[in-house]
Amino acid sequence: MYCLRSLLIPLLCALIFTSNLSQPAQAADLETALSGLAEKSFKTRLKAVDDIAATQDERASEILDALGRGDLFVANPGKHIVMPDPAASGAYLFAATGESAGSYAKAAVKKVKINNRMRSAIRKALGTLTLGSPDRNRRLTAARSIFNTRDASALTLLSDAIARETDSTVKREMERARAAALLGSDAEESEKLAAIDVIAPMANQDALALLTQVMSNDSGAVAQRAERAIAEMQSSLALWATAQNVVYGISLGSVLLLAAIGLAITFGVMGVINMAHGEMVMIGAYVTFVVQDVIRTSMPDLFDWSLLIALPLAFGVTALIGIAMERGIIRFLYGRPLETLLATWGVSLILQQAVRSIFGPNNRLVGNPSWMSGSLELGQLTLTYNRICIIAFTLVVFAALFVAMRKTSFGLQMRAVVQNRQMSAAMGIRTKWVDALTFGLGSGIAGLAGVAISQIDNVGPNLGQSYIIDSFMVVVFGGVGNLWGTLVGAMTLGVANKFLEPYSGAVLAKILVLVFIILFIQKRPKGLFALKGRGAEA
Amino acid sequence: MITRMLIRSLDKGSYWFLGLLALIALLVPILHLLLPPESALHVPGYAVALMGKYLCYGLLALSVDLVWGYCGILSLGHGAFFALGGYAMGMYLMRQIGDRGVYANPELPDFMVFLNWSELPWYWYGFDSFAFALAMVVLAPGILAFVFGWLAFRSRVTGVYLSIITQALTYALMLAFFRNEMGFGGNNGLTDFKDILGFSLQSDSTRTALFAASAIAVGLGYILCRLITRSRAGMVLAAIRDAESRTRFLGYRVEHYKLMVFVVSACLAGVAGALYVPQVGIINPGEFAPANSIEIVIAVAVGGRGTLIGAVLGAVLISYAKTWFTGELPELWLFALGGLFVAVTLFLPKGIAGFLLARWQAFAERKTAPGTAVATNEGAAQ
Repeated sequence: MYCLRSLLIPLLCALIFTSNLSQPAQAADLETALSGLAEKSFKTRLKAVDDIAATQDERASEILDALGRGDLFVANPGKHIVMPDPAASGAYLFAATGESAGSYAKAAVKKVKINNRMRSAIRKALGTLTLGSPDRNRRLTAARSIFNTRDASALTLLSDAIARETDSTVKREMERARAAALLGSDAEESEKLAAIDVIAPMANQDALALLTQVMSNDSGAVAQRAERAIAEMQSSLALWATAQNVVYGISLGSVLLLAAIGLAITFGVMGVINMAHGEMVMIGAYVTFVVQDVIRTSMPDLFDWSLLIALPLAFGVTALIGIAMERGIIRFLYGRPLETLLATWGVSLILQQAVRSIFGPNNRLVGNPSWMSGSLELGQLTLTYNRICIIAFTLVVFAALFVAMRKTSFGLQMRAVVQNRQMSAAMGIRTKWVDALTFGLGSGIAGLAGVAISQIDNVGPNLGQSYIIDSFMVVVFGGVGNLWGTLVGAMTLGVANKFLEPYSGAVLAKILVLVFIILFIQKRPKGLFALKGRGAEA
Repeated sequence: MITRMLIRSLDKGSYWFLGLLALIALLVPILHLLLPPESALHVPGYAVALMGKYLCYGLLALSVDLVWGYCGILSLGHGAFFALGGYAMGMYLMRQIGDRGVYANPELPDFMVFLNWSELPWYWYGFDSFAFALAMVVLAPGILAFVFGWLAFRSRVTGVYLSIITQALTYALMLAFFRNEMGFGGNNGLTDFKDILGFSLQSDSTRTALFAASAIAVGLGYILCRLITRSRAGMVLAAIRDAESRTRFLGYRVEHYKLMVFVVSACLAGVAGALYVPQVGIINPGEFAPANSIEIVIAVAVGGRGTLIGAVLGAVLISYAKTWFTGELPELWLFALGGLFVAVTLFLPKGIAGFLLARWQAFAERKTAPGTAVATNEGAAQ
């Protein structure tokens, strides 16, 4: 039966690939080259290794890899070359095709033995195969792995590959790998100097480690040149680290901004501290969870759209809760800000416990849509797409809010109420209506923030608590009733946090920022962008 | 002169309150120590410790009421002063363990041995002495309150801004004390205490003595607060609470008065913390959590801000409710507490004590002038 299949499969392969001109010939070549491995003589087997590499077949590198590991077997009867099936123990795959060969008894398979000469042949062959692989990414990884191992024996292979290479990125990586290999070998001084010049512009930790090693191993001109390159590299690394801190700081700042901006609005317009603001963020995140849950069970195709569906829902739910809070509790407490603070804290406790009772105390899993996973590499920077999306989303929300405040009649009324409540009422603005809507708007934005935060943080009943104090700090720092103040405040605190972290650790950085704010409001008790004039004392 | 000041500052309610405290301070130890355990009136040991804890919260509530009820400073960070006092006492108790710890190191507390520290950090020096520890119980919160208050009041940070900043203060301290490197036991805090002044903390007599000390401390704290609030300075404080700018325009140095009362209040909170720690047997950074400070504020609001007695009653009530709810209906505790926050601020702005006082006044007026009863009753209820 196995005989029949072993005959059929190459035939089938040949039939399938007839349209592709090069493939059928190669598959057959691979089969013949492999058969050499079943021979007794080491010489034949050595030649078989070279033959396999020469086929340039897709499977060749996998086969050679298995051979090097001792995972290639000769199965009798039929002398098929097989490798163990990783999916099931006792089962094997045909090495030539990767298709299942069924299971063999232990006695029926014999390991293909290799010696040292074969081992070095295999390694060489593997290098050429991956360096010559048609897949660009595999060539790239091969070059990078040679860079890291600094294998001098790969030098000639690399030179060949560089000559053949057409892709500029891959070529550059290969040249760097060759330079690294050169520095690890005992090449001429002039060659090594040239190699350092190739590596010097890389400026990452690997290159730094390489050059440090060169500096300690070599002497004379090479060591000096390496030292100079290290100095340059370190300053460039410091620059990248700064850039990274700025970018991460902006990312943190945009999260803070999202969480704080609603707070700034309600505080600015009504002088009301909403301690339940963090819980609005939390509810927004839970809305995302519910939306994803419904989508998962009933219409999985829509999963990538789940966030876009969750956004309006989260806004609506939290805005309604906000309006209900304003109508039910806060409007009775105007003019008593401290009592408002306590009452809203009470609401926050109730909301927290409600969520805990409904969804349980554990964190809930909120997934990333496919278009938000992955990351973007920019020089030495790695930016995950979800961070980028949140920064962009924050900017959109900020811009929309800015336009709403400046260009709509509701925004005009809101600003009028901020400046002078009585006068606005006298001019016919329904201030109570404005209050309720403002509170709804602030809460709704917190809900939006919750959707965004669900992508980067754990969604649990205590989610809001972890953001509320930071949000307050942003508002206190930036000053109330001014969107720019909130923007600058959030970004400053975010970046400051990230710059302090490497020196002092995340916790101490937070403490330092809090102390800084306490000292800062000594100078500007009303924040960075304080309201001036008569409105300020109201 | 002091007796005259005392007599002037205490009213009838005060005498009742102090008498009640004295009665508790005497009765509970007697019922605990002298009655046999099978007697129906016997107070079990855990109840003594529990009541002692309530009294400590009562003292903390007094200190909050002093600044909030009489000077309008809503501090959401009084738990920080409480915890600092507690840590000062905890450090003394840690030093008393000596070589009876798990690692039996005579020089270092267990957690420092665990962290491979070779010697005692400088800020632990002196805590072998009870007197020094007592001084630190008052000084540590007092100095923090002085520095913080000086910075905040000088630049006229008021109202909700001040509340938020005090909350940030206790939050920052909580984060700091969670760090192992701080040398205060990190996450686990200080615990496993053995004895205080040579008396075992586990014994019934020490426990009752601590309870009595708490009751006396509440009484003394109350008298101190009365002295302050009934003095001329107390009048200025009330004026600051009701119209800060106007008081300033009249020529009073508002920030000095505020600073004075804030520091006194912080010291009181520190004493409360120091009494709390030996009775519960542990102090950890969780005591700095902003939620704790807010809970005590709501206790004051429930009892009645600006009444002192009400604050103590509110704290005892809320603590008892917490014990009961977390034992019987843990799911509902936060609902109840949250509902209480809302209900009290909406319907009982003067708290239970204020409500009772208004009723009492209405009742008294009705007795003297029966014809106007309905009108005054309504007026008082608002």
